[in-house]
Amino acid sequence: MIRVEHVSKSFTLHNQGAAVIPVMRGGELTVARGECVALTGASGAGKSTLMRMIYGNYLTASGRVMVGDLDVAQAAPREILELRRHVLGYVSQFLRVVPRVATLDVVAEPLRAVGSNEAEARARAGELLAQLNIPERLWQLSPTTFSGGEQQRVNIARGFAHPYPVLLLDEPTASLDATNRATVLALIEDAKARGTAILGIFHDEAARDQICDREVDVTRFTPGLAA
Amino acid sequence: MTPLLQVENIAKFYGARIGCTDVSFDLYPGEVMGIVGESGSGKSTLLNTLAGHLTPDRGAVRFDTRADGLRDTVTMSEPERRMLSRTDWAFVHQHARDGLRMNVSAGGNVGERLMAVGARHYGDIRASATDWLGRVEINEDRIDDRPSAFSGGMQQRLQIARNLVTGPRLVFMDEPTGGLDVSVQARLLDLLRGLVREMGLSAIIVTHDLAVVRLLADRLMVMKDGHVVETGLTDQVLDDPQHGYTQLLVSSVLQV
Repeated sequence: MIRVEHVSKSFTLHNQGAAVIPVMRGGELTVARGECVALTGASGAGKSTLMRMIYGNYLTASGRVMVGDLDVAQAAPREILELRRHVLGYVSQFLRVVPRVATLDVVAEPLRAVGSNEAEARARAGELLAQLNIPERLWQLSPTTFSGGEQQRVNIARGFAHPYPVLLLDEPTASLDATNRATVLALIEDAKARGTAILGIFHDEAARDQICDREVDVTRFTPGLAA
Repeated sequence: MTPLLQVENIAKFYGARIGCTDVSFDLYPGEVMGIVGESGSGKSTLLNTLAGHLTPDRGAVRFDTRADGLRDTVTMSEPERRMLSRTDWAFVHQHARDGLRMNVSAGGNVGERLMAVGARHYGDIRASATDWLGRVEINEDRIDDRPSAFSGGMQQRLQIARNLVTGPRLVFMDEPTGGLDVSVQARLLDLLRGLVREMGLSAIIVTHDLAVVRLLADRLMVMKDGHVVETGLTDQVLDDPQHGYTQLLVSSVLQV
């Protein structure tokens, strides 16, 4: 479902003497249906960069980034939006929401975006929030006031609300206690069993060993570090 | 799919000075596009040119009309263009008082738009007005008050109700949250997002607030000195800006 072929990326900092910082060269990666692949490498090696290139919020300088049938590196904004609505989910490390929107609606939103009715979407959102131990009395509040761990769980609930065929996970188990960590891992296992292609960054090694089928070390693609 | 709006090579000059130039883009149904840039960058000139308030010196603005498909609104007759701006288009001004009649009641402000497109039944008009005041969270018992008795945030919400009551397909917004305090701004953003989703609206939003466009806009256009310097997916432009000016804009935002 994901096929990254020979991608490169650099940042040009126009306001700092037009410094050009090459961050990736010769990136290659595939993730099949029902497979979970972990990106590894030291901090700064380019794990998140590669993930963002696949999601489309970082531009790719050269090469192909196929998600399903769409080359994200070449696609028009409209095509990427469509892909994100139906096919490509992303659980980032940070929750970004409109202030004052109820948690239940934050989680239901991806379902509303693909046309589910309000009652259905909220019911599914409630299920996920309950599973992730967010007490029901908080559902009508905005998650902006929640603790870090609670926000992370809301973010995960939102990412799993719609059964995306492709899922990108950036540190999904960071800052979670043992019970919630187990719940998140179970959600990931379920998604895999459903045939979802998953690409993840996990600093939690035990979690990585438990759910990932393969690892890809991005250090190989880091210019200046690769042998 | 046919674009709702097709802008081709629009240019507007003020004498020898550039208002905006070489602007082209397509906007599809349901899409929200943000236009950012500092004051004087030409973003308001562009918006007013697109909405027919200013006549461009060059270029075409084609709108997918209900009757005849894509028509150039620059060359169509004035009555036709005025009809469009009353039915399929809406324009939300930065200052609510520019878009409202301050000495007419709130209900009258909403009802007037309906009457302009032919509604005549008083009961129906008042019922619609009440419904829309509710949608923008203005209490029903304020329907006979004049907007001059409303707070700034309420005036802005009333202006939105007045604009959306006729079920437009394209909404132009000029700094819709500018000048409002942040708590009011958040509520307005949530309202706008809900309306865009429920009504399948397309919108073009001019603002200098990057946080507002990140939450509202699917696509972003960055302007400087009358030129478009960068366009793309909103999160891509903000997370991985390519042009020096955009990088400066993004890195200048204060973190809260």
